[in-house]
Amino acid sequence: MTIEAIQEELIDEFSMFDDWMQRYEYMIDLGKSLPLIDEKLKTDDKLIKGCQSKVWLNSEMKNDKIIFTADSDAIITKGIIAVLVRVFSNQEPQAILDADTDFIDEIGLKEHLSPTRANGLVSMIKQMKMYALAYQTQANS
Amino acid sequence: MSFDIHNIRKDFPILSRKVNGYPLVYLDNAATSQKPQQVIDAIVDYYSNYNANIHRGVHSLSQEATDAYEAARHKIQNHFNAKTACEIIFTAGTTQGINLVANGFASLLNKGDEIIVSALEHHSNIVPWQMLCEKTGAVLRVIPMNEEGTLLMDEYYNLLSDKTKLVFVNHISNALGTINPIEEIIEKAHSVGAAVLIDGAQSCSHIKPNLQELNVDFYVTSAHKMCGPTGVGILYMKEEWGNKLPPYQGGGEMIAEVSFEKTTYAGLPHKFEAGTPNICGGIAFGVAIDYLNAIGFDAIEAHENELLTYATNKLLEIEGLRIYGTGQKTSVISFNIEDLHPYDIGTIVDKLGIAVRTGHHCAQPIMEFYKIPGTVRASFAFYNTLEEVDALVEAVKKAKMMLS
Repeated sequence: MTIEAIQEELIDEFSMFDDWMQRYEYMIDLGKSLPLIDEKLKTDDKLIKGCQSKVWLNSEMKNDKIIFTADSDAIITKGIIAVLVRVFSNQEPQAILDADTDFIDEIGLKEHLSPTRANGLVSMIKQMKMYALAYQTQANS
Repeated sequence: MSFDIHNIRKDFPILSRKVNGYPLVYLDNAATSQKPQQVIDAIVDYYSNYNANIHRGVHSLSQEATDAYEAARHKIQNHFNAKTACEIIFTAGTTQGINLVANGFASLLNKGDEIIVSALEHHSNIVPWQMLCEKTGAVLRVIPMNEEGTLLMDEYYNLLSDKTKLVFVNHISNALGTINPIEEIIEKAHSVGAAVLIDGAQSCSHIKPNLQELNVDFYVTSAHKMCGPTGVGILYMKEEWGNKLPPYQGGGEMIAEVSFEKTTYAGLPHKFEAGTPNICGGIAFGVAIDYLNAIGFDAIEAHENELLTYATNKLLEIEGLRIYGTGQKTSVISFNIEDLHPYDIGTIVDKLGIAVRTGHHCAQPIMEFYKIPGTVRASFAFYNTLEEVDALVEAVKKAKMMLS
């Protein structure tokens, strides 16, 4: 599935909810269903800075696609990560670099996009794109 | 004047607004207090009617502004009971006051001298002293605390020696609300010849300090914690220290005479007030102090204690909830719920219109002590109500339900 298609799918899913509470409950469920990350990967160098909760992000290359795995000690943050992993994991670096993130607004999580927001959604996206750039640079050299 | 919470709330326009569709319940008073109309009006009045630079103009507007600014200094002197108005130095806030003292001590300290701070400090109370120690070779010592969040005074006595040059503690901890025994801390420090700086940022909205009676050498606080504007605060220093410490910043206001060969500095307090100050802020700070005194600190304390007791009991009914800081304290409740991240709780209660602080409250050493990533902190002011405590408790219950 392309990034755009996954984003459309998420917009569809979130459009079923009438209020913030249902949206958050869904996010919390997504967070709980996020595959567990290998404890050995939860090292300080995988921590994303700028989050009030801890966020570990790991990436690896498989068949020209980047696989992201991540975890957080806060459940709402984990829900946000689950959304991002679903959108960006198992995609080619160029597709990740080209992707826009307008869907976040459309699924009603715009408030988390503000750079002053302590959960670091912006930092997470930035870090994912940095990995994509690094893999692509590596592939081209 | 009797304490009428409904009339008091009418003075604060912000308290009637909605957040996320719910009436605002503002419980982040330890971060900053809200402002009454009287203070807002004073700011508007200053810029509308007598804005001018002070201390230098012969024109009438400048005289009016100077008189109002200096009148505010006198109000502050009276409120804190300083001996003279010149001992009250206007600053940009608590942090600047601390840095001013730390900078001044750079020329007074020698290698091996010691500075004592407490384990309950805000980052801004730790970093300037670490910088000072790096510069001078002095050593930073820390008064430890116990599980209740109370300082271990015996350990403090053991740290004191003739090497101790300065002791620095906050009156009330911002993260836990613990009230420190500053009278005892000051007296014991003086017995070994050390100076004492007290940070009143968290206490000044709850307790009216008597600086002469405390016999403290330095005291800092910020106007915005006590219903005044941001960007202004005071540093009190005993006159003898004012003469001993070198100026902090060079510039206008702080000089007596300048030539290219030599500059002589102005006397207190102007020696430490380089440049055009926050004139409007200083004047509005004076108005805020008048406002608080009209309500009365005894009434404020009584109401806040009622809120604290009520909220403590109600919150503790929630299973798995733990409060950090259980000693002698003011109206601050720092808590966590078993297995839940404070950030998650804070996010949900915010959606319900309730403003609390989450995180480490710029006091990471305290969080490390308890081995937690942070806490949820609800801090109450005299304008909060028991109904607002109920709203907090209901919101926390809802958060717990959603997150568990």
